[in-house]
Amino acid sequence: MSALAYALSDTMVLAKRSLLRIPRAPDLLLSFTVQPIMFVLLFVYVFGGAIDTPGYEDYTDFLMPGIVAQTMSFGGFVTALGLAEDLKKGLIDRFRSLPMSRSAVLAGRTLADVATNTISLAIMIAVGLIVGFRFSSSPFEVVAGIGLMLLFGYAFSWVFAYFGLTASSGESAQAIGFIVIFPITFISSAFVPVDSMPSWLQAIAENNPFTTVVDAMRALWVGAPAGNDIWGAVLWSLGLTAVFAPLSVARYRRAVSA
Amino acid sequence: MQDAAIQAEGLRKSYGNVEALVGIDLEAPAGTILGLLGPNGAGKTTAVRILTTLLPPDGGAARVAGLDVVRDAARLRARIGLAGQYAAVDENLTGRENLEMVGRLYHMGRAASRERADELLERFDLTDAGQRLVRTYSGGMRRRLDLSAALVARPPVLFLDEPTTGLDPRSRIGLWETIEDRVAAGTTVLLTTQYLDEADRLADRIAVIDHGRVIAEGTSDELKERVGGERLEVTLDDPRHAEIAISALAPMVDDRPTCDGTNLHLPIRRGRGAIAEAVRRLDTAGVGIDDIAVHRPTLDDVFLALTGHTAEEAAEDGRPPDAEPREERAAA
Ligand SMILES: Nc1ncnc2c1ncn2[C@@H]1O[C@H](COP(=O)(O)OP(=O)(O)O)[C@@H](O)[C@H]1O
Ligand SMILES: [Mg+2]
Repeated sequence: MSALAYALSDTMVLAKRSLLRIPRAPDLLLSFTVQPIMFVLLFVYVFGGAIDTPGYEDYTDFLMPGIVAQTMSFGGFVTALGLAEDLKKGLIDRFRSLPMSRSAVLAGRTLADVATNTISLAIMIAVGLIVGFRFSSSPFEVVAGIGLMLLFGYAFSWVFAYFGLTASSGESAQAIGFIVIFPITFISSAFVPVDSMPSWLQAIAENNPFTTVVDAMRALWVGAPAGNDIWGAVLWSLGLTAVFAPLSVARYRRAVSA
Repeated sequence: MQDAAIQAEGLRKSYGNVEALVGIDLEAPAGTILGLLGPNGAGKTTAVRILTTLLPPDGGAARVAGLDVVRDAARLRARIGLAGQYAAVDENLTGRENLEMVGRLYHMGRAASRERADELLERFDLTDAGQRLVRTYSGGMRRRLDLSAALVARPPVLFLDEPTTGLDPRSRIGLWETIEDRVAAGTTVLLTTQYLDEADRLADRIAVIDHGRVIAEGTSDELKERVGGERLEVTLDDPRHAEIAISALAPMVDDRPTCDGTNLHLPIRRGRGAIAEAVRRLDTAGVGIDDIAVHRPTLDDVFLALTGHTAEEAAEDGRPPDAEPREERAAA
């Protein structure tokens, strides 16, 4: 077998390992099934009445692309937690002593995140439809939106991989992720129209790449004007991956378990 | 020895301004066990990490199984097995899944990995537990699984970092026997330990390390000789017979005997048969004895003689042997 074939096989072995743990550690399961449901319901029913979204049928149509994008950006926390734990338990030492691909541990975890993100996404869309969300675009665009979300989630898995290998524990990796990513997702067009914000905040929100991604999703799912947002969102996702994947692999190559 | 399986020269490694290794030389001929004996913080794990390609040395060179640990790292990994200081097994997989995963990562193929996993589970008395999640395992079972994971690919060189720390005595002896089996089958083992009896029992040669340097090296017997040879301890029935006893035993004695009350301490050249000979001589001289024994110096005595402190005392300065893994990371 070629080196590439081995790398793929190593990645699949490790992705399977990451997925096997999910039904076995139900606490994780809650965070990417129940939590997104809760968010959708809270936003729709608590804020829905108070937030004006001119140009949209109702707040649910405005919210869904935003909250889905936010959930995808956090899906990678499973990777951060897992890697931090592997470091602590000495598993990274074991993996690094094996004749396997140097990127497989990370590629396997981030790939497993795509599977769990798919589950979150399906659950959120189902709940959204139940509370009144309607796609108002072509089936092709709906599918393209799903693809964009998985790509975007994948990019963030690499960001989290880096946090997981850098932080001193799973908890602190999660905390760093939360502190960095949470504000980025809120100071954007995800939950409220940008022009309802104070003007200094508008400047930040308009230039926030997360706004680009959310606007791209609105274009793909509810037929909002797209501009360059779709390409922008794809480029941002690819760019994040292109930066954080090599950074994380470099980190992994030097990582030594506690 | 032209084909030493493990050979290190002048290995150095610092973490920031902590000098973990300050130039150590090691050598283990193929098919032998090299014991790295030292207290906590001596640099054992650092040495193991360098030899298993996990950590690049700051200086010096090392070859394992004929391959350079830095230049040939990728090829070397196919020829070593590592069981680190803490059982590195996935809690959320079963024992069998853990071993299969390791087999797949050594690129053994699906069927071969499964077969090897079953074989190892059986050998390590884990067949029944093999279907259970590892998080239900006891410490001893995890250790055994960890060691089996290191053996999956039948590597010619095996690194075991404190393999019995935290184990109960029975599991410890079981693990010792397994290690001896592997060596009988031709495997070379580097084993680190804080336990003197473990090094004494297992290692063909022992390197005593302290503060990042090898302070003594040799067989267990050679090390013991450095703190003096063996001693015949005789307890007399009657202290007034001391003079007679000493002159009766004079031909056997190597150095000046000492005497306190009924107890005689006589340095002797060779322990074998010494008791029988001493009993015969004392009997002929008509000296009654209450007790007689040969005292062989322990590695504890060796450590004390070499460093001025015992290994246990040094260990107490550091973290306890079964403390939680440290949190700090190496950024090489
Ligand atoms: N990742 C690390 N960062 C900083 N210091 C370290 C690290 N690993 C080990 N050390 C220090 O290096 C020395 C040797 O440690 P180690 O090789 O783990 O010894 P041993 O395994 O014999 O207990 C100790 O002083 C230890 O505190
Ligand atoms: Mg150690």
